[in-house]
Amino acid sequence: MRHLLLSLIFSCFALVAFAQNDHDYGNHDGHNHAGHDYGDHVRDDGHVHHATICGESTDHAFNAGDNAIHHIADANVYSIGPYSIPLPVILYVPDEGGLKMFMSSVFDHGFAHHGTGHKAHERFVIDGGQIKHITDPSFPDGTVEISGMIHRGDDVFVCYNDKLYPTESKSTADGGVFGGGLTGYYDFSLTKNVVSMILVCLLLFFLFRSAAKAYQNREGRAPKGLQNLLEVMVTFIRDEVAVPFLGHNATRFLPFLLCIFFFILGLNLWGQIPFLGGSNVTGNLAVTAVLAIIAFLVTNFSGNKHYWSHLFLAPGTPWFVKIILIPVEIMGLFIKPLTLMLRLFANITAGHIVILIFVSFIFILGNNPDGSVNLPGYAGGAVGATLLTLFMMTIELIVAFVQAFVFTILTASYLGAATEEAHH
Amino acid sequence: MLFLADFSVMKPDVGLLVWTSIIFVIFFLLMKKFAFGPIGDALEKREGDIREALDEARKARNEMEQMNSENERLMAEARTERAAMLKEAKETRDRLVNEAKEDAKKEANKIVKTAKQEIEAQKQAAMVELKNQVGTMAIDIAEKVLRQSLQSDAAQQKLVNGLVDDIKLN
Repeated sequence: MRHLLLSLIFSCFALVAFAQNDHDYGNHDGHNHAGHDYGDHVRDDGHVHHATICGESTDHAFNAGDNAIHHIADANVYSIGPYSIPLPVILYVPDEGGLKMFMSSVFDHGFAHHGTGHKAHERFVIDGGQIKHITDPSFPDGTVEISGMIHRGDDVFVCYNDKLYPTESKSTADGGVFGGGLTGYYDFSLTKNVVSMILVCLLLFFLFRSAAKAYQNREGRAPKGLQNLLEVMVTFIRDEVAVPFLGHNATRFLPFLLCIFFFILGLNLWGQIPFLGGSNVTGNLAVTAVLAIIAFLVTNFSGNKHYWSHLFLAPGTPWFVKIILIPVEIMGLFIKPLTLMLRLFANITAGHIVILIFVSFIFILGNNPDGSVNLPGYAGGAVGATLLTLFMMTIELIVAFVQAFVFTILTASYLGAATEEAHH
Repeated sequence: MLFLADFSVMKPDVGLLVWTSIIFVIFFLLMKKFAFGPIGDALEKREGDIREALDEARKARNEMEQMNSENERLMAEARTERAAMLKEAKETRDRLVNEAKEDAKKEANKIVKTAKQEIEAQKQAAMVELKNQVGTMAIDIAEKVLRQSLQSDAAQQKLVNGLVDDIKLN
């Protein structure tokens, strides 16, 4: 009976997950408010729609990959169901007088448009939640109505007055490795991911604060309720992670390890709650990079003499081994946080993508190549997607805990190696 | 390009890097001060209390055991002592009885002896008296005999002569 109940709950999750997704992809490939095209409305069923802006058709078949990538991305709006909650935008444009601050609602990303705006504001537009900058200075400043956006591969063009204007994306810190790099502006907005992080941190803070108070108020008595639930996890991290790796230093690093664990766990789980926008925070390389850098800094600033001498001198080995060993050790120093960063990122992103692809089955099967609706395909896709998503979400729930635990235990092991006393 | 679409999660956004750093650091400081610090201390304290309580219980049990064995020892001691006392009392009683018997015997002997002596003495006295009485009686008899025999002058003359003769001889 209990198992049945659990599976019912999970199938609800799955249903909710695709209910949330089905409304929004039809539109992110160039929206349809463009002047003469008003009559041809975007359909929310993923059905191919017909529109022509700036002499180009915006007709695109449904693409599951694009859909998934759009949904795992950070955004300057917070989409919950068909609603797009505007978020504060903070842009730093060095060439145009520094900081620009406004709400993302200036782009007029209305109901069910999933973060694609109808307006340009100070030569910025929003396309599928992503802010883009129109590079051409001849584009009018201020807030103007645009006809739509055209996608050519990775590039986005804005159609205004029957003329196409190229855009650039915000600066990213990948140095061009993944197709990003420094551009004309930096985005310091409170994005969906930032807002998620703040909310999760506040939630965690209040949960643990109330538990901490319970320890004072109920001193000398057995833990109860929330306090008991959190204590199980806290003592698990302490006894299975901190103490085995850190020994007598465990108390010193325990708050740090707990912060890492609960920050990651909280955000992993937050991204899995249906109807809350499915933010993909721990599946964003920037977030995992910061966590890995912090782990790296804490490890190396806590490193004792023994750790550094092992790293650079490799005592007790012959010189020809040292030639190989020391560069490997120094490389390892940087590879460790790199793997921390990539492991968490890849696991969470992969999970989100798989779920989104499963949900996309509904629309892949439900749309005929000629654009007509295939109802049996929809039905079959819905059943299949529900089962697969149910399965995947269960796995994702495990992954949420496992990845938080793995990140924490590896950080603890690096810290342990850095603070270990000489024993030979 | 590595990806068909804009795989933006792979491109670390400068803003997100900054915000994550700020949020995590603030989160850490707040949690350490207000949540994990106090929780860690409370857990440690409670575990210390439990350890102490267990130690105390163990100590109390040990003490109890010690007391029990002490009690048993005392009981055994008391038992042997009682036995010894009983034995001693019996001995004393026996001794007293014996002594009493001995004394009684001695006393009886003494009494008997005294009685015998008394009897002897009484006998002696009786004998003496008897002798005296017999003597007196003999004298009386002799007197009466003499009176009888010396009633005539001739007899008196003759006695006197006889006495005078005796004196002359001296």
